[in-house]
Amino acid sequence: MYTQGLDQAGRDAAGAAGEETAEQLDAFQARIDAEEKIEAKDWMPEAYRRTLVRQISQHAHSEIIGMQPEGNWLTRAPTLKRKAILLAKVQDEAGHGLYLYSAAETLGVSRDQMVADLLSGKAKYSSIFNYPTLTWADIGAIGWLVDGAAIMNQIPLCRCSYGPYARAMIRICKEESFHQRQGFEIMLTLCGGTDEQKAMAQDALNRFWWPSLMMFGPNDAASKHSAQSMKWKIKRFSNDELRQKFIDVTVAQAEFLGLTIPDDGLRLDEESGHYEHSDIDWEEFFEVIAGNGPCNRQRMAKRRKAHDDGAWVREAARAYAEKKAAKAA
Amino acid sequence: MDRNEWPLYEVFIRSKSGLSHRHAGSVHAADDEMALSNARDTYTRRNEGVSIWVVRSDRIIASDPDETAAFFDPAKDKIYRHPTFYEIPDEVENL
Amino acid sequence: MTDRSILTAYATRLGDNALVLGQRMIEFVAASPELEEELANANFALDYIGQARMFYTCAGESEGKGRSEDDFAFLRPEHEYRNLLLVEQPHSHFGDAIVRQFLFDAFYAHQLDALAHCADEGLAEIAARAVKEVRYHLRHSSQWLVRLGDGTAESHERVQRSLDDLWRFTGEMFDEDELDTAMRKDHNGPCLVFIEAEWRDTVSRVIDEATLSLPEDGWMASGGKQGRHSEHMGFLLAELQYLQRTYPGASW
Repeated sequence: MYTQGLDQAGRDAAGAAGEETAEQLDAFQARIDAEEKIEAKDWMPEAYRRTLVRQISQHAHSEIIGMQPEGNWLTRAPTLKRKAILLAKVQDEAGHGLYLYSAAETLGVSRDQMVADLLSGKAKYSSIFNYPTLTWADIGAIGWLVDGAAIMNQIPLCRCSYGPYARAMIRICKEESFHQRQGFEIMLTLCGGTDEQKAMAQDALNRFWWPSLMMFGPNDAASKHSAQSMKWKIKRFSNDELRQKFIDVTVAQAEFLGLTIPDDGLRLDEESGHYEHSDIDWEEFFEVIAGNGPCNRQRMAKRRKAHDDGAWVREAARAYAEKKAAKAA
Repeated sequence: MDRNEWPLYEVFIRSKSGLSHRHAGSVHAADDEMALSNARDTYTRRNEGVSIWVVRSDRIIASDPDETAAFFDPAKDKIYRHPTFYEIPDEVENL
Repeated sequence: MTDRSILTAYATRLGDNALVLGQRMIEFVAASPELEEELANANFALDYIGQARMFYTCAGESEGKGRSEDDFAFLRPEHEYRNLLLVEQPHSHFGDAIVRQFLFDAFYAHQLDALAHCADEGLAEIAARAVKEVRYHLRHSSQWLVRLGDGTAESHERVQRSLDDLWRFTGEMFDEDELDTAMRKDHNGPCLVFIEAEWRDTVSRVIDEATLSLPEDGWMASGGKQGRHSEHMGFLLAELQYLQRTYPGASW
């Protein structure tokens, strides 16, 4: 998902367990098992803290980088209504990044540090945002598929064991409720439009279908840290469970639109009631995560430029605040 | 990397008059006025507020989780503070 | 000019200012100096886009030919856009954007204030709504101008240059043309002489607080109000109109 990089980072569960006694760990686990929320200043295992910092900051980075593919169409949105809706949505993503950075900051990591980790390439963000938005239909496909996939993951996160993260997710889910609907509405309009528009919609689905499935992260068998995260109730469903759920609900929506899901192997298994699908190209996934997707370099370059271009402004505001404080003293 | 990020502020919003301010989240800001604007632009976009308080996060004095027991447990057994503690016959009204 | 054509033209001009400035601000999305500013910028751009929609709808109604907000926004040739040259100017950094917004909002807030009392009910209603938004924008851009002007030596120098560069586009705001006169006389519209005095007062006060120098009134560029734009406008419209022009008649 937005934090899929975690699943193959291969290092987060190895905490500095030195000072943590079995008693403390058991008491902590008992709180989690009793569905108690953990708050910022409560005692927590170092590995729990580190897992959360990594997960929440990756989630935040994904929101921030995620502004770019959609922002790409803001100046070209086809009507004033669509322009306003898209701008409000992209703004929400900035807001969600902000809420999430704040949640991570309660764990003792600064925003500066998180931003530095993103800009240096140390921190990851969701693979999906490294795909280009080539037509207006991509804006529809992102809302429908990408936000749809995100919601699958985010709703259970509202019950995450860490209080500040859970609260941020509640606010985010509430605000995001319109995101998927506006995307589907764009697709619906295109599919009811001219032949060119229908072709545009089908093309967007063709390009975004597989990357959307990859958003859920590697198969459970290959996902190294799910078990610990599940035990800590940071994660509540496995990658494959969520992916299956997503496919099951999306197929009918595609049919409604009159679009074809680009998978010859897609078929309903009558017995289980679930759709079977062809294998996901994991090589592509790992390449995109590793920085070789179509837009990784472009996205990072734009983020770095914005950060660098803003340095003198941030500095000026600090200097002015200091002057004012000195005068007041 | 600039190490001097703008300070963190906690944001409290009164959602409508008659209700008290509630913690909404936080923002970074270089000064108090900016904190107020940033809080407005971040936390009241969906008509969530009629009044905003902001306060520097480092000015908040918080109780220590290690002292939770000493702070709060003693109040747990003072059940005589609650109306349900008292047994009054049903036929007595307006009490 | 007939009553209706005055109102149509005037509402269109207001819509054009709001749309073009909104479009410029959108260019800052995902490029703001800090995350919180990202939210503020989007709020203001949303306000301008919303105002453009209201003004265009109003223009369409008074024109009575069934033109929608999108017909006004997307389907006119460049010379029919009547926005001020100031709002179409590109920014090379945040300081330019703040100065552009500040100089315009200081005018626009007073313009809307006056317009809220004009004789046309529809236009007055929109103005009364929009002026609240613009007053907040002015507060924001004023505060930033002060921070940048009185911040570091670098920020002072940068924003002074922005001010010097954009100053020559301010004269046009107060050039009363035929439409302004008709609006003032026939519909109790804004008086530009009066607004200019208020504008100068606001602008010089903030510039002074920002420790910046008020640029001298030299030669002033004009033409936007008559549809003669700067070279930048064509590119702005090319992006804005792209889909509507490429797929004529499609619904979105």
